[in-house]
Amino acid sequence: MNRRRFLGLAGAAAAVTALSASPAEAGKAKTGGKAAAAAKKNEEFVAILVDTTRCIGCRECEVACAEVHGLPVPVPAKDGALAAHRDTSTDHWTVVNRFETDKGTVFVKKQCMHCGQPACAAACPTNAMEKTHEGPVIWHGDRCMGCRYCMMACPFDIPKFEYNSPNPRIRKCIMCYDRLQEGKLPACVEACPRDALTFGTKKELMEIARERIYNNPDEYVHHIYGEFEAGGTDWLYLSAVPFTQIGFREDLGTDTYPDYTREFLYSVPLVFLGFPPLLYGLSELTKRSGEGSEGGEG
Amino acid sequence: MATSADSMTQRQSVWEFLKGELKPKGPVLTPFNVITGFIILGGLVLTALRFWKGLGYVTNLNQAYPWGLWIGFDVMTGVAFAGGAYIITFAVYVLHAEKYHPIVRATVLNGFLSYVFYAGALTLDLGRPWHIINPIIGNKFGYNSILFLVAWHFLLYMISEAIEFSPVVAEWLDLEKARRILNKMTLGVVIFGVTLSSLHQSGLGALFLFSKPKLHPLWYTEFLPVLFLISSIFAGISMIIFEGTISHKVFADRIDPSSHHSYEDIVFGLAKGAAITMYVYLFVKFVIFVHGQHWSYLGTKWGAWFLVEVLIFTLVPCAFFTHGYRQRRLGLIRVAAVMTLVGIVLNRLNVSMIAFNWNNPAHYIPSVWEVWITLMVVFTEIWVFRWAVNRMPVLSAKPAASRH
Ligand code: SF4
Ligand code: SF4
Ligand code: SF4
Repeated sequence: MNRRRFLGLAGAAAAVTALSASPAEAGKAKTGGKAAAAAKKNEEFVAILVDTTRCIGCRECEVACAEVHGLPVPVPAKDGALAAHRDTSTDHWTVVNRFETDKGTVFVKKQCMHCGQPACAAACPTNAMEKTHEGPVIWHGDRCMGCRYCMMACPFDIPKFEYNSPNPRIRKCIMCYDRLQEGKLPACVEACPRDALTFGTKKELMEIARERIYNNPDEYVHHIYGEFEAGGTDWLYLSAVPFTQIGFREDLGTDTYPDYTREFLYSVPLVFLGFPPLLYGLSELTKRSGEGSEGGEG
Repeated sequence: MATSADSMTQRQSVWEFLKGELKPKGPVLTPFNVITGFIILGGLVLTALRFWKGLGYVTNLNQAYPWGLWIGFDVMTGVAFAGGAYIITFAVYVLHAEKYHPIVRATVLNGFLSYVFYAGALTLDLGRPWHIINPIIGNKFGYNSILFLVAWHFLLYMISEAIEFSPVVAEWLDLEKARRILNKMTLGVVIFGVTLSSLHQSGLGALFLFSKPKLHPLWYTEFLPVLFLISSIFAGISMIIFEGTISHKVFADRIDPSSHHSYEDIVFGLAKGAAITMYVYLFVKFVIFVHGQHWSYLGTKWGAWFLVEVLIFTLVPCAFFTHGYRQRRLGLIRVAAVMTLVGIVLNRLNVSMIAFNWNNPAHYIPSVWEVWITLMVVFTEIWVFRWAVNRMPVLSAKPAASRH
């Protein structure tokens, strides 16, 4: 059993433990006090580390992803898709792009980042986008009403919508949630010939990532993308060059998405409780004497 | 108490009466009817195509612009325009500003229909509308979702507006007892409606709190909910002025002559209200702008576009309103109202579409068909409004004498 596979199984086991340990909904801490607990929880989510210094751009991950999810399978040797920067799409849940950087050519795999407290799930009015207890962010077709607010909200522009279907779905990487439940590794992780992808819990992967930086300080920028970005994501990236050179945004901030609307949501019950008596009081105050209690309509 | 035979004949006559009321009044083949009728019929065909072939068949929406004209204009702008109803009911029933009583009915009717049609247009935009029931019956509540909140408030507010308007329907149908009962509910429903409105008008702004990395910094602020709430006030007032101007021309015969003289007074009062809220709005916007240190953006094309919205279509009409009510110039106020409405359209479209994903190479320009369906929604609302005004005692408090 190689190290990667071992980590994979350990990760899945950890996820199961996490699931049974806390029935509270993950990634949805409601108070500041719970935030610390949530951060801890984030560490226990299953995660994938992408070491871009190891990726050779073979796109075997794309092939594997397409095969296990019944998507059109790309032919890396022939389609010349690396020529242009591609975005993920309804039937390409992951894409590898080539970047020319200060330190030469770098290949970067892109897919859903599986945020710790995802914008898409915070936005979704039907809970169709769900941060599972194990970590993967998945989509439920039996709940989604197709409002596309998840797409508006996602800071990485990941959810893709089938505009040309009368029964459209939201499509994106689901971190092979079904395979994880069968105890298998995500297809792309399994397919990678260079160990550029590592599966484990976020905590384990953070340690591995720090170790790699520590052991080869000149080979990596000293930053693990995803540790804190957008509140922290379960896909983590290592790079030899600044992340902006390989297509990442470094201006997303570290607030989790539920934080953006927390205050507003808090104010809602207050308004509901406070406004009616206030308005009633106002109407009593301004009532002229002799006027009936009837609204006076017509 | 009526005998059962009596109520039978009464029901019969109500039925006959309704049948008669469904028939068009006045000439049918006017240019307005022909053109709008054509747009509505065509729109129905487009709507069928949209559900049959998918959203992409009639819209230009894409992966970078998931929300387009139907959300940006129909829902975002339409609901702001409909804000007049909560403002006026607040003024009349809560503050007892009796002066505005004559316009309550038309405003509430307009507000109610706007919600039904514009907020209802949301369903055209939903990819999987058959699941719209999920957030409502509690199949899966997204409690933490702003959109969940807004959708619920739309629904509840529509119901409260319907109740607010119901005494008029009761009067129209001669249901005196029902009218009295419904009338008693008015204050409670108004209070509920005002509460709901303040929450969902600001909630529409809160929808974009998630857009921080995507919306241009000149528009993004954590105070979007506050800005949306304040602007819904003067948007609603401007809509009342605009709609009143047209109603007074089109429905001149339905208007209680005694209300003519008070009407101008009402408009001046409204203009003053609009001006004050616009000053507040501009002040808040200015503070946000200075605080955000956005001076450097002003030199860009986004800056110029921002100034068009804020100076030309907010500050200028604000000045016109002020001058208009001081000098009692009705014409100027009407110009100001139209300009304000344009400003609101710009603002809502900027936040939801134009300045959204400004740093993304993708583009979105609404398709002709999206515009067409939007027009269908607008004209259908106008048709229903006209139908109601021509039959129910909306513009005049007294029931039309010649009704039966
Ligand atoms: S990257 Fe986007 S789609 Fe994926 S979990 Fe985060 S917010 Fe959701
Ligand atoms: S499109 Fe579906 S998954 Fe996305 S926010 Fe709307 S209901 Fe949720
Ligand atoms: S984790 Fe699974 S779904 Fe996601 S990119 Fe890899 S293979 Fe595709």
